[in-house]
Amino acid sequence: MLEIKNLHVAVEGKEILKGLSLSIQPGEVHAIMGPNGSGKSTLSYVLAGRDGYDITEGSVTYNGENLAALPPEERAAKGVFLAMQYPVEIPGVTTMTFLKTALNSQRRARGESDLDAVGVLKLVRAKAKSLNVSEEMLKRALNVGFSGGEKKRLEILQMAIFEPKLAILDETDSGLDIDALRLVAEGVNALRSPARAMLVITHYQRLLDYIVPDRIHVLANGRIVAEGGKELALELEAKGYEHIVKEPA
Amino acid sequence: MSIAAETKEQVAELGGKYKYGFVTDIEMERAPKGLNEDTVRYISAKKGEPDWMLEWRLGAFRRWQAMTEPKWARVHYPKIDYQSAYYYAAPKNTPLKQSLDEVDPKLLETYKKLGIPLQEQMALAGVAVDAVFDSVSVATTFKEKLNEAGVIFCPISEAIRDYPDLVKKYLGTVVPVTDNFFATLNAAVFSDGTFVYVPKGVRCPMELSTYFRINASETGQFERTLIIADEGSYVSYLEGCTAPKRDENQLHAAVVELVALDHAEIKYSTVQNWYPGDENGLGGIYNFVTKRGDCRGKKSKISWTQVETGSAITWKYPSCILRGDDSVGEFYSIAIANHYQQADTGTKMIHLGANTRSRIISKGISAGKAQNTYRGLVSVYGKAKNARNYTQCDSLLIGSDCGAHTVPYIESRNKTARIEHEATTSKIAEDQLFYCLARGIPQDEAVSLIVNGFCREVLQQLPMEFAVEAQKLVGISLEGSVG
Repeated sequence: MLEIKNLHVAVEGKEILKGLSLSIQPGEVHAIMGPNGSGKSTLSYVLAGRDGYDITEGSVTYNGENLAALPPEERAAKGVFLAMQYPVEIPGVTTMTFLKTALNSQRRARGESDLDAVGVLKLVRAKAKSLNVSEEMLKRALNVGFSGGEKKRLEILQMAIFEPKLAILDETDSGLDIDALRLVAEGVNALRSPARAMLVITHYQRLLDYIVPDRIHVLANGRIVAEGGKELALELEAKGYEHIVKEPA
Repeated sequence: MSIAAETKEQVAELGGKYKYGFVTDIEMERAPKGLNEDTVRYISAKKGEPDWMLEWRLGAFRRWQAMTEPKWARVHYPKIDYQSAYYYAAPKNTPLKQSLDEVDPKLLETYKKLGIPLQEQMALAGVAVDAVFDSVSVATTFKEKLNEAGVIFCPISEAIRDYPDLVKKYLGTVVPVTDNFFATLNAAVFSDGTFVYVPKGVRCPMELSTYFRINASETGQFERTLIIADEGSYVSYLEGCTAPKRDENQLHAAVVELVALDHAEIKYSTVQNWYPGDENGLGGIYNFVTKRGDCRGKKSKISWTQVETGSAITWKYPSCILRGDDSVGEFYSIAIANHYQQADTGTKMIHLGANTRSRIISKGISAGKAQNTYRGLVSVYGKAKNARNYTQCDSLLIGSDCGAHTVPYIESRNKTARIEHEATTSKIAEDQLFYCLARGIPQDEAVSLIVNGFCREVLQQLPMEFAVEAQKLVGISLEGSVG
């Protein structure tokens, strides 16, 4: 589903990713772990198509298509979803309005008809319940005054509503206490399916206690320096990044 | 379908950004070009006015000749040649009084195209319309129904003939003949506009509205609106404006006077969408307007809401004179300037009475190479004890070639006054845009969504039917403003 080959990415002329390769199949959950500054967020932004993240070498192929050639809104319509580390506030726009606009934009781009207000409301309510997102939250302006936990729950709610094929979760655990973390992880696990691939980006191993990955990649200095199964996370937790990063990959 | 998407489709269908830019081909009658006493006499005669009205006009004209254009606003334009325009243009064969069945079908068609059907059975439920086409009112709907409630809703030219005592009592008492260059010009040459009188204790049963349309070329529109809410009455009034696309600049200099007596309330909303000129700044309307409301009675209230998206230049300060004790003035404004548009707009809140309160919420949006200025005055006089004002001015910049300016004047001569002023300037953040894009929302729609959010407090003040229109307009006005 996602095939990254020898990816080099520069931000403001500075090379951040230096030859990263990665392959994810439908149904798989991969984790990217790495210390601060290793290029984790750069990878998530370049996959979502943020301006200013320039691919200088290598390729990213998504379902056989050159992902880099698509603007971000088309990637979203084609099933790429990024749950952001820092969800953005949009004052004056209610969460419900935002969800409706986004959902129908994606549907329209795929040539599907719009869901009317009632249809959207039903869909959102059904998904919101399990993530403990209240009606009141949906009426508030998007992310404005939301707690860290509320923001992250809303990201996962969007994932549940948009039903992406490839979900990238960027530090979804950051800023969450243990209860909030569990709730978010349950939401993510509920969305695991044979048709969906996930890329979970995290600094800490604890998220992977809840979302158990099929494969772990360790990112350091813009390259994958170690790969393994879920047990690699425990090794990292015990020995720290320095130990692994220093060894030749 | 979301509003922004609907808008985009409508615009795409029409193949252009400004969808009201068409011209109605209709035989017109005009005053000779230029401006002199004969022009004033011509207009007065066309309207079948009594002598006192002609004298009032001539007095204004003589004053005007000695006046100079105000230069303090942050707007720049070439010198206006007042002799090269027409001051009166009307469709031929418009009888002085007519029923809706007699209106030229071409005019009905024009208003239908503008989304304002005039046949009462097709009209928006609960909204009465006065349709002003260039210099004359061509139709007024629901007059009879309003008459039953005692509400007078008619073209001002008709009111001058039929209700001279009311007109004499109030005309020019809020905006004096000598108020300013453009208001004085208007007093001399105003051709039509709307007159509203709501009697004591009556809550006007419908929304009232006037739809102003400039059609003729090289012609100025000078309308005059007078609304009087007698004791304990309530009225909500809305005006809309459009004009054809032309390379020339056309002058629109209106005067609006509102009078609210004891316990009366007037809610006045404007959706201003005059042709703004093209993306290179060619053409567009010069909108030099004087609007003022007088809270003459105790516990009266006047509320202005404006959505200003059109015009090449906007010079407009809808104001409130808070004369009655415990009276309330409000000003809610959205001003959008794109491409080469220039907007200098705001309000004046003049606190004269005790316990008077005012609230100003201004949202300015600048894009392209536009300049947008909020200019406001809050003045508390010596007798206005416990006067209160709250002002909030927010500016949003899209791109880096536009400007936002805030010029608040605050004067207080009473120690008990409480005046608060808050102002912010922000840019549409790159991270907000990216967040929308990453969720599948295309750029123009994302801008429209963010800007509508920014304006929400003001949009909420508009009557429901018009709020939807206004939201769409916000989207259209800013299309293509990013990237």
